[in-house]
Amino acid sequence: MKHKITLKVNGESITKEVDSRLLLVHFIRENLDLTGTHIGCDTSNCGACTILLDGKSIKSCTYLAVRADGAEITTIEGVAPEGTNHPLQQAFHDQHGLHCGFCTPGMIMRSIDLLKNNPNPTEEEIRWGISGNLCRCTGYNNIVKSLQQAAKEMQKEKEPAV
Amino acid sequence: MIPANFTYHKATSLKDAIALSQTLGEDAKYMSGGHSLLPMMKLRFATPEHIIDISKIKGLSYIKEEGDLLKIGSLTTQTEMEHSLLIQKGYPIFSDAVKLTADPSVRNVGTIGGNIAHGDAANDQPSLMLAMRATIIAEGANGKKSIPIDDFFHGFYMTALEPSDVLVEIQIPKHKKGSGGAYHKVERKVGDYATAGVAVHVELDAGGVCRQIGIGLTNLSSVPLRLSRAEDLLKGKKITEDLIVQAGTIASEDCEPTSDLRGSEAYKRSITKTLTERMLRSALKRATS
Repeated sequence: MKHKITLKVNGESITKEVDSRLLLVHFIRENLDLTGTHIGCDTSNCGACTILLDGKSIKSCTYLAVRADGAEITTIEGVAPEGTNHPLQQAFHDQHGLHCGFCTPGMIMRSIDLLKNNPNPTEEEIRWGISGNLCRCTGYNNIVKSLQQAAKEMQKEKEPAV
Repeated sequence: MIPANFTYHKATSLKDAIALSQTLGEDAKYMSGGHSLLPMMKLRFATPEHIIDISKIKGLSYIKEEGDLLKIGSLTTQTEMEHSLLIQKGYPIFSDAVKLTADPSVRNVGTIGGNIAHGDAANDQPSLMLAMRATIIAEGANGKKSIPIDDFFHGFYMTALEPSDVLVEIQIPKHKKGSGGAYHKVERKVGDYATAGVAVHVELDAGGVCRQIGIGLTNLSSVPLRLSRAEDLLKGKKITEDLIVQAGTIASEDCEPTSDLRGSEAYKRSITKTLTERMLRSALKRATS
């Protein structure tokens, strides 16, 4: 059975027909061609498929596309205007927060939610905060540094210019 | 991995959900957060023909104190529990548990009600509910019912809920002076099922005598387990270090673990003893501070 769903993806309103069993990650990658969202474990362990749904990080491999009807979705493609970097993207670049890069989109989407709820996290809070996102290359130290740099940058942005 | 074919139905109200369930019969399953059910469907361990999505029903997400009770709406997410100041201040046992449940992105979707209704002894909330002597409120074709937690878990993935019943609320005795609880589980890694978990909740009178105690075990039997023999030992007494150690020994004897990849039966009995002792000490500390 097909269901018509309407949702906002990276600011753009989209209406599509989806099967009951279509997973949100497949909808994003295959129906919308937004391939920045990755599929890693496909069992809600690794976090490579993390996106924002109504501002909260979720694992899109464990969410039915049909349930996203009426929602606002942000994927890695939508975090910053074309040609510019989100402070988290810039920080991952500056701090070498990636080697192969497979986990990076999910790691950044998760980090946006983390820093929104806790703009100035301790190292321990960062490590717990990204505990649902696995990286097999970096050993996490540079990812933690990336979040620390981004947290600083993003707080600076919030302060009014004097 | 893609689930087997099914038909999705969105329930717009509790009434609508129950009516859908009655029409569709036993081949329909309710889905709230879906973070237990959908993984099972992807692995084809579960192949319901119909999914009734109850996650969009309004008015089932709240945490409030009313009269003598803490009331938690079943669709409250784990994250909402984690961020609730009421929970952080008055019910730290939940904060202990929630931060060890899966990971933050899963907690953004997974609900407290779903964690209980799934009937999995490996989930964290059931043992907390046993420790705090919760009452489960469900609504179905035969109206509203109130189920004491000791009558709720029937077996592996089996609960007192009938097919059309929606778990709507969890009621827990309100925090009072002299009460406190603690939870910890040993897990190999974030997101794994517990190797062993222990929840303790105590209520002391003004003289420090234990008036009420609940001890619940996670993933140490096919159903969430109440440690009745240890509760009987401690109730009505001033809980001393000696009694704590005795309760720990009972825990290691009365739990029913099986050897698996997470550890041998002997190892699990040993950590259950240690966890029981530690959780008793932290619950007492919280009850007296």
